[in-house]
Amino acid sequence: MVRRWAATGPLLLVLAGCSSESGNDSPRAITGEDTVPPVPSEAAPSLPRPELHPGMPGLLNDAELEALAAARRDGLANIEDLPEFGFGEAASPERIAAWDIDIGPDGEGLPPGSGSVERGETLYRLQCVQCHGARGEGSQFEALAGRVPGDRFPFSEDRRYRITVGSYWPYATTLFDYIRRAMPQAAPGSLPPDDVYALTAFILQLNGLLGPGDFLDAESLPRIQMPARDRFVRDDRRGGPEVR
Amino acid sequence: MAKKRENGGLPSRRELLAGALGTAAVGAGAVAGAQQGDAPQPRPRAPEDPTKMQGLVPRPLGERSAFETPRRLVRVLEPSSSSRTPLQYLQGIVTPADLHFERHHAGIPNIDPERYELLIHGMVERPQTFTLADLKRFPAESKLRFLECSGNGGTAFQNRGRFPNLSPQEMDGLTSTSEWTGVPLKLLFREVGARPEATWFLAEAMDAAVMTRSVPMEKAWDDAIVAYAQNGEPLRPEQGYPARLFLPGWEGNASIKWLRRLKLSDRPFMTREETSKYTDPLPGEKARMFSFTMDAKSLITFPTFPERLGGPGWWEIRGIAWTGRGRITRVEISTDGGDTWEDAELQDPVLPKCHVRFRKLWNWTGRSAILMSRATDESGYVQPTRAALLEARGAYTRYHYNQIRSWRVEPDGQVFFAG
Repeated sequence: MVRRWAATGPLLLVLAGCSSESGNDSPRAITGEDTVPPVPSEAAPSLPRPELHPGMPGLLNDAELEALAAARRDGLANIEDLPEFGFGEAASPERIAAWDIDIGPDGEGLPPGSGSVERGETLYRLQCVQCHGARGEGSQFEALAGRVPGDRFPFSEDRRYRITVGSYWPYATTLFDYIRRAMPQAAPGSLPPDDVYALTAFILQLNGLLGPGDFLDAESLPRIQMPARDRFVRDDRRGGPEVR
Repeated sequence: MAKKRENGGLPSRRELLAGALGTAAVGAGAVAGAQQGDAPQPRPRAPEDPTKMQGLVPRPLGERSAFETPRRLVRVLEPSSSSRTPLQYLQGIVTPADLHFERHHAGIPNIDPERYELLIHGMVERPQTFTLADLKRFPAESKLRFLECSGNGGTAFQNRGRFPNLSPQEMDGLTSTSEWTGVPLKLLFREVGARPEATWFLAEAMDAAVMTRSVPMEKAWDDAIVAYAQNGEPLRPEQGYPARLFLPGWEGNASIKWLRRLKLSDRPFMTREETSKYTDPLPGEKARMFSFTMDAKSLITFPTFPERLGGPGWWEIRGIAWTGRGRITRVEISTDGGDTWEDAELQDPVLPKCHVRFRKLWNWTGRSAILMSRATDESGYVQPTRAALLEARGAYTRYHYNQIRSWRVEPDGQVFFAG
């Protein structure tokens, strides 16, 4: 059950570039740097954390930070008469590492390892086809592949297009996170990182977001810009008479 | 008095339904049973005169009268499945725990409470684990609060008029109210030394989906709890046993069940549930993300499909209303399709972020009528028409379907969903 790859501490960076020698003929390849990242001089404690894109919903502006600070003050004031109880036990780094499997939109938490589109296709045929269809078109369960022409996002008014990884998912890191924690259905959480990278790569390739010769690792995965990344906005409903 | 009237009408309806569905159950509970392939049960027997024989002795565990067979309406699409509360069967505001709706994505995990641990880490001074006994040792908080799936009502919104045979259970059965008991999350966060720069936390389940949602820290400092009891007893397995996150007034999916981990961070985690699901497409080719709060909503639960009013005269229109933004302040009823509205009575208690029961006496003339209810909450928000929601969000938006519902009463007393 212990997912060692999630452990903090000295990790070896696996330095595989995302673009391979086979060239990249996908309609929308990885954005950002197309070059192999520089080799660090020594093993790093963790991967450098890429920048979050500034429009990402959930990044708080100054007013929101102030409101949060006020909520924190109020919340703590509300319990200030209560003693500090000291219940519970300190969690060791190993204890935390055993469960700390989440992957951030900045790639934080991605384990070492890599996987190719090609290997992903093989794994997909064995583990995923039955529920998601031969080319991610969906079967017993939801479709994984498909884009809307022009990468439009007409979902509120047009039901001809399906919500898929390529048409709707804003972050490629989510795919890795979800496959690792919940798939495949018959053996959830059983796939090692290399397999998860490979399946993520193949599903992105089905969506035209990687080429057939490409592969993914902790460096390249968070750099993939998904077509729908900038389609999401924060909740603007605030109560009151206006219907939003 | 009102109760007497309704009871007076019940036997004929019950017999009608029993005849139609081959069971003694009332309402969509029977529909659920039939859909689940339950064999028709003969009507239970009772003595002619119960005063002439001794009754049953006490039992260690109570059960319903054999004449009452409410059922959740189960939809199984393995591994993602749900069951719906028979809202038309219930009175008052509390949902019996065994009728509370379910929604889960990878089945109900079987968790040994003695091995249960909650891990809190990330942007904290002291990462810690808490056993269930630890959680119960903290000062407790107990509140009556609703819990609603944000997809509730989608069938009614997107198939208006196409399915007149929708009961409240089928249409809106993904909402329930319980008394939830647990430890305030802010107490736990103070205990581990939550850092001021933490703006979000990840909540993670220990089911086979290892379900995750990102939650703003503000909710933790406000009214979030880690709940271990429901209506006075430990949580039901399907409600997150032995402990769950509970976020009052917010979409149910964010109240992570079978809670095993909370990780504090300075950005959301962008999990599958909060990106590819539980986001609301909007006009202008955008989608709303982190749309947590459930807006005001009301629903008539009597008279509704599959009821048949026994004849003209006095009937009490009944239903529930709720809002994630504090208290319901008003529920209005129309019996003429929205031309005129009159205030319904709100039955005590009227609690924040909780179902409230409303009632309105109605003298039915026996002519066709359209019944509607419209809730207002303390923020001044008024439950919108479907047209207003369509304009704001588009016809195929997903989640948060709180438009006014209507029911058509036919001259023969039969009631149908009318959009």
